[in-house]
Amino acid sequence: MIERFDPLKGERLRVLDDEGRAAPDLDPGLADAELRTLYERMVRTRAADAKALKLQRQGRLGTYASSLGHEAAQVGLASAMAREDWFFPYFRDLGAFLTLGYPLADYYHFWMGNEAGMRTPDGLNIFPIAIPVGSQVPQAVGAGIAIKHRKLGAAVVTTFGDGATSEGDFHEGLNFAGVFGTPNVFVCVNNQFAISVPRARQSAATTLAQKAVAYGFPGVQIDGNDVLAVFAAVREALATARAGGGPTLIEAYTYRMGDHTTSDDAARYRTKEEVQEWERRDPIARFRLHLGHKKLWDEAYEKDVQAAASEFVEKAVAEAETRPQASVDDIFAYAYSSIPPELERQMAELKASLPEGRR
Amino acid sequence: MILTMVQAINQALAGELRRDERVVVLGEDVGRDGGVFRATDGLFEKFGPERVMDTPLAESGAIGAAIGMAALGLRPVPEIQFMGFIYPAFNQIVSHVARLRNRTRGRFTAPLTIRTPYGAGVKALEHHSESTEALFCQIPGLTVVVPSSPYDAKGLLIASIRSDDPVIFLEPTKLYRAEKQEVPEEPYELPLRKAAVVREGRDLTIIAWGAMIPVAREAATSAEAGGVSAEIVDLRTLSPMDRETFLASVKKTGRAIILHEAPKTCGLGAEIAATIGESALLSLNAPVARVTAPDITVPLPKSEDLYYPNADRVLRAIRKLMEY
Repeated sequence: MIERFDPLKGERLRVLDDEGRAAPDLDPGLADAELRTLYERMVRTRAADAKALKLQRQGRLGTYASSLGHEAAQVGLASAMAREDWFFPYFRDLGAFLTLGYPLADYYHFWMGNEAGMRTPDGLNIFPIAIPVGSQVPQAVGAGIAIKHRKLGAAVVTTFGDGATSEGDFHEGLNFAGVFGTPNVFVCVNNQFAISVPRARQSAATTLAQKAVAYGFPGVQIDGNDVLAVFAAVREALATARAGGGPTLIEAYTYRMGDHTTSDDAARYRTKEEVQEWERRDPIARFRLHLGHKKLWDEAYEKDVQAAASEFVEKAVAEAETRPQASVDDIFAYAYSSIPPELERQMAELKASLPEGRR
Repeated sequence: MILTMVQAINQALAGELRRDERVVVLGEDVGRDGGVFRATDGLFEKFGPERVMDTPLAESGAIGAAIGMAALGLRPVPEIQFMGFIYPAFNQIVSHVARLRNRTRGRFTAPLTIRTPYGAGVKALEHHSESTEALFCQIPGLTVVVPSSPYDAKGLLIASIRSDDPVIFLEPTKLYRAEKQEVPEEPYELPLRKAAVVREGRDLTIIAWGAMIPVAREAATSAEAGGVSAEIVDLRTLSPMDRETFLASVKKTGRAIILHEAPKTCGLGAEIAATIGESALLSLNAPVARVTAPDITVPLPKSEDLYYPNADRVLRAIRKLMEY
């Protein structure tokens, strides 16, 4: 399916049209329950994201990068992954984290300012979020090399934005992947902005997906607001990767509905009209129409889904906020495999300077 | 076996590749060519292209890939061809290699050993003579190791590869073939984070590492003829630094010279001098002295001798301290 859409010609894979009707030849053919699960995951993501923004405004959570508008991309890609696959995320991936089973309380805990929240629970193959832009790309390729080397039969998904495609690490990572034929799926979530700088300022190429051509493997641009397109493309690319067919670059074409982070004001660099235009293409609304056509959606179901999402979120907030503060031991313990004598001295000195309750 | 340092390094790599199937050597020219200094000579033939990987020419890509490899259970030993070319990988090293353990509270670690030749004194091209170890010593999480002899190189490299911490392993280019030494054929480890007193003395302590150790020895031998007995402490691990060994030596001798080929300002000498000031001030009979390169860019080969610290400059410092 991927090879049917030529990125050099600006072709874009889309399963759902604006009215939520699936193209029969592209529909990934999910069962009714699976379709509902996709929807519930997207709703839950949006609720968790909205809550994070609220907590930030109340001073209960630090600077935060919202996922609003990215629900289809995040949930679609993670829903296509298998338990043994690895995920190398960037900093705007809430829906993927939740879909892969990362506890929301941990995710909040991290954004509240504690590293303990980025300790992936054992059994989940999720790398910590990369904040230096694009730096996770070669790391994901190294994971792919290790999977080949150890014959683990898994694949690696890594995500990044449109801005990351300008970074050297993007180029180096994809180039390595092509040379070594690693089991990588690169998902560029093209949300049109690197903070304020628009997509046109990142590359003169027609699509970002076409960059794959130069690395010697397939690339495809897909509708990033179409959860079925994302799911289908990533599922196919993962199957290719696991079968030894090498990497794929997927450009999920979407729009960042919120500010870059809570420290940003997007009104400075884009128009209300542009944002409103994209509101009409909302990924959740479109998928809701699809469920409606399939008789999988009604008001009662919507009420249940919203209530479940809200309960899920509130529970996570309560849990995150009762986690203990990091101690002096916590912040020193993980610098090295064992604490060097000089660090022991610095720790003792710091503790001696602190009030009893903060040691 | 009588080996040069580069042969001892080769033997260490071969031994670890044989012993532990997780070990993977990677980098530019490390495979078929055996490395531009021949440090990986013969390894490609013995262990194959999956264990000894020629990579695309991209330092950040190679170190970034090594992080992913390490996180998924391999023990990568990437080579950066010269220290002057490590900077494209600096972001991966500082932002990820050094802090992966901390930022995941121990769930993931990056136990790589990044080997790179460093230092001047071999009349090389521009960018081939760097000694910027201090840049790495400032980064929590990294272990920075520098051998000064074939025997040490083998034992320290094996310990580095087996360490659960990421190591920047700096190989003094000038010493690759400068001397031969008896090196046991079987693998052995020398402890990391541990300095060594490589020459005992009474009157002053020279603290040095890597290619400056032979310079210190030459100066110490000359000083001996003049009746001054110099002790030499080889730091071996620059970070985390073994402060106890040099402090004990300085407390004994009462005088200290720090000798390094990196520029003076914010070099490791400053940290060592401050440590002596904090912990051994009352033992000092003279101010702490530094013999270093000046704060200028390493000159091209025709002027290298003006830049590189030598035994004469160390001797001048010794005389000054003794006359203080």
